Order: sequence, then structure tokens, then C-alpha cells
Amino acid sequence: MSDITQSLAEIVGESYVSDQPEEAYFYARDPGLMPTHEPDYVVIPKTVEEIQKVVRLANREKIPIVPMGAGMALTGLVIPLKGGIVVDMKRMTRIIEVNENARLVIVEGGTSQGLLKAHLEKNYPKLRHSIPDSPATATIAANVMIHGQGRLSQQYGFNSDMVAGLEVVLPSGEICKIGSNSISPDWFSKGAPMPDLSGLFLGWFGATGIITKVALKLYPRKKLRDIELFITDREDLMQEMVFELTHTEMVEDINIFTQPLPMIFKDNHHMAIFFTGDTDTELEFKRKMIWDSLDRFIRSKDGGFMGVSPAMKPTLLEMPQRSVSRFADVNKGGGFEYSGPIILVEKYPECAQKIKELAEKYELGYSGMARIIGRGHCMMYGFAFTFNRADPDMMERTRKALHEVSKFALEAGGVFWKATVDEQKMALDKMDPNTLALMGMIKKNIDPNGIMNPGNWEVR
Amino acid sequence: MKYADIVHRCFRCGYCKFTSDYTDFNCPAYRKFRFETYAPGGRMWLIRAWLNDEIKTSERFQEIIYSCATCANCVEHCVFTFSEDLVNIFIAAREELVSEGIIPPPVRDFLKNIHVNGNPYKEPANERGKWAEGTSIETYNGQEYLFYVGCVGSYDERAKKIAATVGSLLVKAGVSVGILGEKETCDGNEVKALGEAGLFELLAEQNIESFKKLGIKKIITLDPHGFNAFKNDYPALGGEFEVYHYTQILAQLIRSGKVDLKEYKAKVTYHDPCYLGRHNGEYKAPREILKSIPGLELIEMERNGENAFCCGGGGGNFFTDILGGGEDSPNRIRTMEALDTGAEIIAVACPQCAKMLEDGIKAEELDDKLKVMDIAEIVTQALP
Ligand SMILES: Cc1cc2nc3c(=O)[nH]c(=O)nc-3n(C[C@H](O)[C@H](O)[C@H](O)COP(=O)(O)OP(=O)(O)OC[C@H]3O[C@@H](n4cnc5c(N)ncnc54)[C@H](O)[C@@H]3O)c2cc1C
Ligand code: SF4
Ligand code: SF4
Repeated sequence: MSDITQSLAEIVGESYVSDQPEEAYFYARDPGLMPTHEPDYVVIPKTVEEIQKVVRLANREKIPIVPMGAGMALTGLVIPLKGGIVVDMKRMTRIIEVNENARLVIVEGGTSQGLLKAHLEKNYPKLRHSIPDSPATATIAANVMIHGQGRLSQQYGFNSDMVAGLEVVLPSGEICKIGSNSISPDWFSKGAPMPDLSGLFLGWFGATGIITKVALKLYPRKKLRDIELFITDREDLMQEMVFELTHTEMVEDINIFTQPLPMIFKDNHHMAIFFTGDTDTELEFKRKMIWDSLDRFIRSKDGGFMGVSPAMKPTLLEMPQRSVSRFADVNKGGGFEYSGPIILVEKYPECAQKIKELAEKYELGYSGMARIIGRGHCMMYGFAFTFNRADPDMMERTRKALHEVSKFALEAGGVFWKATVDEQKMALDKMDPNTLALMGMIKKNIDPNGIMNPGNWEVR
Repeated sequence: MKYADIVHRCFRCGYCKFTSDYTDFNCPAYRKFRFETYAPGGRMWLIRAWLNDEIKTSERFQEIIYSCATCANCVEHCVFTFSEDLVNIFIAAREELVSEGIIPPPVRDFLKNIHVNGNPYKEPANERGKWAEGTSIETYNGQEYLFYVGCVGSYDERAKKIAATVGSLLVKAGVSVGILGEKETCDGNEVKALGEAGLFELLAEQNIESFKKLGIKKIITLDPHGFNAFKNDYPALGGEFEVYHYTQILAQLIRSGKVDLKEYKAKVTYHDPCYLGRHNGEYKAPREILKSIPGLELIEMERNGENAFCCGGGGGNFFTDILGGGEDSPNRIRTMEALDTGAEIIAVACPQCAKMLEDGIKAEELDDKLKVMDIAEIVTQALP
């Protein structure tokens, strides 16, 4: 056993440290298409103190350290680009506190989306969180770290906007409280009315610290949920349609998908409009408002509502939607990756054209998936391609297609979401120089030894 | 390797680790080791790497492959269309290891003992029927059913008592049953699960031949593991029998009024054995029996039915103990979950689960709060 392995074993216990080839193989990659790189060690801590000690050791020895949730970002963000220690957070899964009336929850840094969902459903039937459609193992801390979006993002913004406080272990090993909890026992705001320091961590992909606790805002859970599917072939009218829908303030979530299969779906855009109510009256009222808001498009024959079959409804209503993961295996190949720029809704037609064009050019299966963020303020447009892991040529074609998406997205005015290292470089190259300098200053001061998820957001 | 054309299809999304409502991680190997490599998805990715020569047949790789309890939680919850083959894939990898002769020592010992002695306990065959001494259970001679007990029920001290209780109960209820006694041989379920396909076939073929010679058409098993082998694996080898787990027969007997039950006041929780539940879809019969006992309060554990958490004894781990030790061992986790219900009895329908959970209770020092009883033992307490 090396000295470092020994020291790590003394911190987390021998069973929870590995320098073995099996873990090196697995933790060298994620389900996506980025190049692999092996870690030297993988640890699975249980407590904040253990994380502090691991970070101190890494800082002292100048060893890279990479926090990992479920590794489902797909864009290589948990691949230890420079080796070092991968910290698998998934033994820290406690739900520490729920304040029911204030609609707040505090969870540990490795708590999964699934666990919180189950806990709330069982114990707090009137509360919910903005769950993404990532597999249920995905962690809450990582999701806010990458500015994820979920079921409630149309109403309340990015999931990271719903953070109400953080506890972070800094690269020095110190614990830092971010938000109201820095001066109060209560965790209800990540910044306001003080300087909002959460920006020093959120969006940094773990390059400035490890989140050990997250307070999250919860929202009312209505007893009933339903969905309407609106279909249109007029992608140029999409923004107007979204504008009308969001104007109603009646909608829970709007997802727009376009895909070539089954045949009847081809060339159409399906708006999945989710809505909720505590009573049938409330639900039906909202349904009517939603129908009315799109009525003019029906009258001009630019679209119409499609019946949602009883077989299809549960698939669409479940949270997270398992069917999104199933997309990876439509070609019996077990793989998909998407680039999901955040971009104005007015760019929808260009995005929809681009994904079709790239799918044809590279002969790939595709699914375009847009989620509206805020009341039409922007959207995440997911350019998703499915690939066969046993077909290196198809994997290479998928890489090329995604690279073209990156270039397109930047040119179209979009901003990369969960950017790959290549996209990060592209973004930094295009960034306003003063903003870039500020980012560099922040990273250098917080992490002078450059140990935290090195290779990510590296300002040269 | 069989299924080599599937292993690349795992997305490593991890749905297979959970219960259906995401209450908890539900893969016993992952719960114990916590590295992704010990979860179903990790195992899939490593098998692929191993087949591609990207990793070697190390001790750790063997441990990863053999830590699977074949509990089928992943089969139940993987969201992909190949889900039903997950356990088969892990067993296929074990078969490769067996054929290379590179397997963990306890696995090797287990297989050797079966090969040499016909049972994992290294006991002589003529001890096999001893459990029935002092009962009124007859040797099979054309009765309607064969009561097949299996290695654990035949040799393990605790399990022998359960075998005697079940057998006596069947006789008392007027079921026409007989046993093979010292002529019984291993059903091979664990042999197959541990990757010795050749030895399994040999055992199965021997059993099928001897069953057929004796004119056996219907079998009641004590152990869900044997039940599984007879029901799902023997037909392909020419062994078509009508196979029942004893709880299915007992439930019928109670339903038809052939077993009368008096009041038995107890708070009971029921632990689903993986080979009865997830592998064979029998969740109802054991519960029906328990619910029919006046005064008995059945309190479900949070994870039950198709979401039940395995005791850690499946897939040969009962013998190899790769999942044992420490507070994250599945039997201790399951014991604590049972305690949370407020029940005083964990009802089981499998002698392996009985032993695993009794060990869990000991390790957690809960002897004064919880005890394990087989469903037949509970029913016997409730007989008038
Ligand atoms: C099928 C599918 C559907 C998806 N749908 C959605 C969706 O609807 N909405 C959405 O937002 N996302 C979606 N995603 C993307 C992604 O899975 C999620 O955003 C998910 O929440 C990421 O969580 P994770 O635990 O897997 O993160 P990881 O990939 O493990 O980590 C992401 C980043 O966060 C860092 N990190 C992890 N934990 C910590 C910590 N404690 N402290 C500091 N840094 C940390 C990592 O180093 C990495 O840089 C989807 C993915 C898939 C595969
Ligand atoms: S086995 Fe199935 S559920 Fe599990 S990680 Fe693989 S694809 Fe996902
Ligand atoms: S069968 Fe059970 S123990 Fe084996 S990988 Fe699947 S869930 Fe884990």
C-alpha cells in the first residue's frame, strides 16, 4: 500500500479507499464520449470531517481532487483529467432537515434526487423539489453545481436558483458557510440580502470546493398532475406559442421534443405541457386556460392537441422520466450524449434544423429536447444523439456531431451547459476579457495549488 | 462468454441500484462495498473491460463478480430491455472464471465439497435424512408429492428444525408427502449461481433421473432456492415437474379450511426471499398465511415485495460470505429495517434467510427485541 493510500485509509477507512485497477478503470470514464483518464485513488467518505482531511492531504501533497456525484453529467466533468483522488460523494446521503412550512430542506453533498423525492413523498405530501429527468442516482449537489434544470424550472428558474444555502469544504480544507446560514442558524437564502457568494462555487464544476451540504427551496405539491401534448410543424412559431403558454402562469413545465421515430413523430414538434391542481376543478380550469392560450394556432391550422393514450401518460408523467435514459438503448447500443446549450427560445427553429442536419450528415439517431427555463426567458436545447458503444465509428461520428453543435451554439448566441473541457476552452476564449480575468483571480485565490478538479475552468 | 453481445449496452445510469420508488439503494453488494464497481452497472462495465483484456482476472475482480447475491433487484429495476438477463450475465462471467479455474477460495471450497460429498457441509450422505427422525414424515414411496428439503435444510442445525416443522405440518394437514432422506442430492441452484454449469447439469440430470424413476410428478420444496432450480432450470434438461414452494401449499390448505388456526398474538414483519419473490413472483402466499392467523399483526418493512432488500445470502453468498462482516453487511441492514417496523418477529420462508437474519440479530445485539421464525413455525404456534 502506498503512503498516500495508507493515509487515505486512515481517514475514510480501508474499505472505502481504492488504488486498484478495477476502480481506476471505472472512475476513469463516464457514460459519455470524452477521453478517459485514470484516477490514482478513489475514496468514499462518510463525513464532512473526512472530506476536510482528504482535501488537506491533497492540498499538502498537491494531488488533484475530483468530487463526483453519480457521474451522469455525461460531459466528462468527473473524469480526473490529471489523475489524483476521485471523491465519490454517495455515502453522504442524509436528509438533514426539512422545514415544512418554510418549504426548505437541507441535504448532504451526495444525496440523490431519487432519495429526496421518496423522502418528501412519504413524509411531506405537500412538498416537492424541482426534479430533473436525469437518472434518480444523480445527486442534488452536483445538479446545482452544474446549474441543472428540473420540473419546476419553467416556474422558478434554474435548479441552482432554488439553492437556499451551501456548506462547502474549501481547497484549504476549511468549511465555509454560504448564505443566511453564515450568520444565522437558519438556511433560507444563498445570498440576498448580503453579497451572494454562492457564485464562487455554483457552475465551477467542483473547481473551487466540495459542497457538503445544500439547502434547497421546496415548492407546493398539488394532488393531481396531468399533461397535454400540443403538436406543430411550425417551428418558427414556437416562441410565440411558448409566450402564450407561459403567459397563463398555469403551467408546471414545458418540454418540447422532436425525434424521427416513430414515423408519425417525424418533422413535428411535441410540446409536453404539464400542469397540476389540488382538485379536478383546478386542474380542468388550468387545462382550459392552456387550450385557450393556443387556440389561435389551432384555428390557423398551425397545430393541435394530440390525445395522450393511457399507455403513454404514465411514461410522460413519471419523475424522473425513465424513458429519457432508455434513449441510450434505442439502437441496442447503450449510449447517448447530448450537448445542451442554454439559449433564447427564439433560436428554437435554428436548433431544430441543426439537429436534423447533423443527424443526417453523421447518420445518427437523434432526439431534440428543449426545456423552457423561466417564463420563456431561455431554454435548454438538448442535441441528443444515441450511439452504440460497440461501434467505434459511430462513437466518433457522434463526437463530431457534438463538436459541430458546440460551434453552432456559440455562434447562435448560446452558452454551454455542463460544458466539456473543450467547450470550456471555447467559452473562455470568447469571454469578455475582464470577466475572464475576474474568473482567473477567483480560481487562483481560492485554489492556489490548483488541486480542485484541475483542467476545468482553467483560465490561462 | 454467453451474453458478450449485451454487456456494452449498460448505460451505467444506476436505476438498478434502487427500489422502484428510490427509497434506498437496494443492491446488497453496492450497499456493502459502495464502489460503483460493485453495483450492477459497474459490474457490467468491468465484465466488458475484462472481455476486452483491459483489466485482469485479479482477486478484486473475482470479489466483484462473486459479491453479487443474484437477488435480481437489478433485473427488476433496470430500465433497459436486456434487464432480465442481468443476473444471467453475472453468472456467465462466473462460468468463465470457473472454466479458467480462477475463483475465490470459498467458492472453490463450496464447489469442491458438492462435487466430492454431494453437499457443502462435507457431511456424509447417510446423515441427510436425520432431520426427519422423530417425525411422522415417511420416505417417498409413491405419495402425491415429494417434499424436497435441500442441503441447508438437511444439514444445518437451525434449518433442520425448520424442515421438520414444515414436513410435520404438511403431514398433519393430510398432504400426501414423502422425502428422499439419504437419497436426496443437492438441487444445484447455488452451484449454477456460482458458475459451475457443468456440475449443475450433472446434479440436475441425476435428480431428474431419480425423480422420474420414482414416479415423482409433484414436488414441494422447503427452500426457495431449490424451488427456483426445479421450476426454471430443470425443464430445459428434461425435468418437467409440478413444483411448489411449501408456502403455496400451506396457503391453499388454510384457504380450503384444512388447517385451522387459533389466535397467535404477535407483531410480525415478513422478509421476502429473493428466490421466492423476485425470481418467481410469489409475494402473496406467505402473506396470505400470516394474515389468516387471528391476532397476528403483519407490519411490512419499508422495502418489501419486489423492492425487498436481500439478506445477502443469495447467489452462494450464504456459503462464501463475501458480503458478510461489518455493519454494512446486508443481513445487518435488513435486521435494522425489520426493527424499525416495531415487529418482534421476522417471518421468513427460506432457511438461508433464517440463518442470515439470525446472524444479523446477533451482530446487532438485538436478541431481546427480535427473533426469526419460519412461517411454518409461526403457523405451528397457531395450531389449536
Ligand atoms: C438521461 C439523462 C437525463 C438528464 N436530464 C437532465 C435534466 O432533466 N435536467 C438536468 O439538469 N440534468 C439532466 N441530466 C444531466 C445530469 O445527469 C444531471 O444534471 C445530474 O444532476 C448530474 O448529477 P450527478 O450527480 O450525476 O453529477 P456528476 O456528473 O457526478 O457531477 C457533475 C459536476 O459536479 C461536480 N460535483 C459533484 N458533486 C459535487 C460536490 N458535492 N461538490 C462539488 N462539486 C461536485 C463534479 O465534479 C462535476 O464537475 C440528464 C442526464 C441524463 C443521463
Ligand atoms: S444495468 Fe440497467 S439500470 Fe443498471 S446501470 Fe446498466 S443500464 Fe442502467
Ligand atoms: S442481482 Fe442483486 S446483488 Fe447482484 S448486482 Fe443485481 S441487485 Fe446487486
